[in-house]
Amino acid sequence: MKGKVWKFGDDVDTDIIIPGRYLVLRDEKELAACVMEGCDPEFSKKVSPGDIIVAGKNFGCGSSREHAPIAIKGAGITAVVAESFARIFYRNSINIGLPLIEAKNISGKISEGDIVDIDIDNGILKDLDTSEEFEIKPLPKFMLGIMDEGGLINYLKNHIEEIQD
Amino acid sequence: MAMTMAEKILAKASGNNSVGAGEIIMANIDVAMTHDLTGPLSVESFEKIGVPKVWDPEKIVIVFDHQVPADSLDAANNHILMRKFVEDQKIKNFYDVREGVCHQVLPEKGHVVPGEVIVGTDSHTCTHGALGAFATGIGSTDMAMVFATGKLWFKVPETIKFDITGKLGDNVFAKDVVLDIIGKIGADGATYKACEFGGETTRNMSISDRMVLCNMAIEMGGKTGLVEPDQKTFKYLEGRTAKSYNVMKTDDDAESLETIHIDVNELEPQIACPHNVDNVKPVSEVEGTHIDQVFLGSCTNGRISDLRMAAKILKGKEVARGVRMLVIPASREVYTKAMDEGLLKTFVESGALVCNPCCGPCLGGHVGLVGPGEVSLSTSNRNFKGRQGSSEAEVYLSSAAVAAASAITGKITDPR
Repeated sequence: MKGKVWKFGDDVDTDIIIPGRYLVLRDEKELAACVMEGCDPEFSKKVSPGDIIVAGKNFGCGSSREHAPIAIKGAGITAVVAESFARIFYRNSINIGLPLIEAKNISGKISEGDIVDIDIDNGILKDLDTSEEFEIKPLPKFMLGIMDEGGLINYLKNHIEEIQD
Repeated sequence: MAMTMAEKILAKASGNNSVGAGEIIMANIDVAMTHDLTGPLSVESFEKIGVPKVWDPEKIVIVFDHQVPADSLDAANNHILMRKFVEDQKIKNFYDVREGVCHQVLPEKGHVVPGEVIVGTDSHTCTHGALGAFATGIGSTDMAMVFATGKLWFKVPETIKFDITGKLGDNVFAKDVVLDIIGKIGADGATYKACEFGGETTRNMSISDRMVLCNMAIEMGGKTGLVEPDQKTFKYLEGRTAKSYNVMKTDDDAESLETIHIDVNELEPQIACPHNVDNVKPVSEVEGTHIDQVFLGSCTNGRISDLRMAAKILKGKEVARGVRMLVIPASREVYTKAMDEGLLKTFVESGALVCNPCCGPCLGGHVGLVGPGEVSLSTSNRNFKGRQGSSEAEVYLSSAAVAAASAITGKITDPR
């Protein structure tokens, strides 16, 4: 996947991604209209389908609200790249089929507006503006299986009997 | 094989003799909790799977606590959706608007016992580890899987054991201890790890204090908080639960165990400053900071011991002019006790508002929001930007004693 970068810092928490007052909403598009409002109220208007978020460490820390990855996915963001992720956000994103890419020491080397190309199969992220390449941490095999089937709900539909056994 | 408490609980839940950190296992879930805010998404996801009935209606607990009573039509609609789910699925353990905050209600009503695996669609589910359960927060889709199958996959975590020693000084509490720890190891210092609290100081703490420690494990990235069960645990459980339980303890030679020593002898009250929970400073460094609102409550510090401490400080005094103080007991049981002991009268006489048991301003979407440029001092667990309303507001976190002392002066104050 290839897309334009939006940069964020360390410890982007779930209240920044989707503030508590919007948690009464469930619709992907309604949630997407408020995405990242905690730090940039105009973000939902600036972002375009296919864009990619690049951030520092501990992205998605805080609440278990699945509204957070849903809002990001709903805004058309195709992947979130960060140096590390908080664990509940990590699970939630994979479960809904939002790709998360972990790569060390990346956030200082990529600039907002750069175009990056992510090759998950070969574990490489390339900044097309600087031609710099970064190694990305592979997803655990089990999670890749969930991603490949389009998220946990589809995975369950396909495998419910073996899990229930 | 030597194992940690977390490993032993997950081994049992997954039908293995032993498991080791890093392994991915499928665990049977003993208690699945959801609430009015994240419940609707969980129900929606469950319905998409296409399984008509939940795996076990007796093991699901539903609590309304985030928006009670409903503050908007959206909230009312969510409540209607959840009540219908309860009825359709014959969910036995349903606590409608009257009971209080889920992390206080679950232990009070006997749903939490040592050795079980508890999941909840709320990140502070880790609180329940104070009674020796493996308890962790999950998202709504994970909960849908639990509803359908009674199972969930986990990566077995490594354990950090905080060996806490020393005697806490006057007006220094479990909240100060855990803020000190988070400040030291950082907001991601325990990511994906089990945080076990031990040592003589933990052993001397009440169950309420242990809940404060475990509640905030998530604020350092922890997957769960844990305290080894002891006589205090068993006493707390007496009369609350009919469930039998297994007491698991960490072996000293467990391979995935890292121990961090914490000495609290010289500890002073701690404050988490805006806008991160690990931005922790001793109260002496922020004393005098102007505040507009004080929130005493939440699943961290809304228990009877917190209310007693605050009432002792507020008795005969008045909340400073220009300061709003909200007191929100964590549950109906806490509320009733506070009423019987005359604490609520003390709060009202001092000029504080006493609200019904709920999450209050900690959600940033219900009562008591703070506006642009305002400063909140809160006994809750998060001070992220926008957490209690405006993203231009500031939130400081403290113990109940600091909150009460500061309410009187209108600025952050050392209660000692």
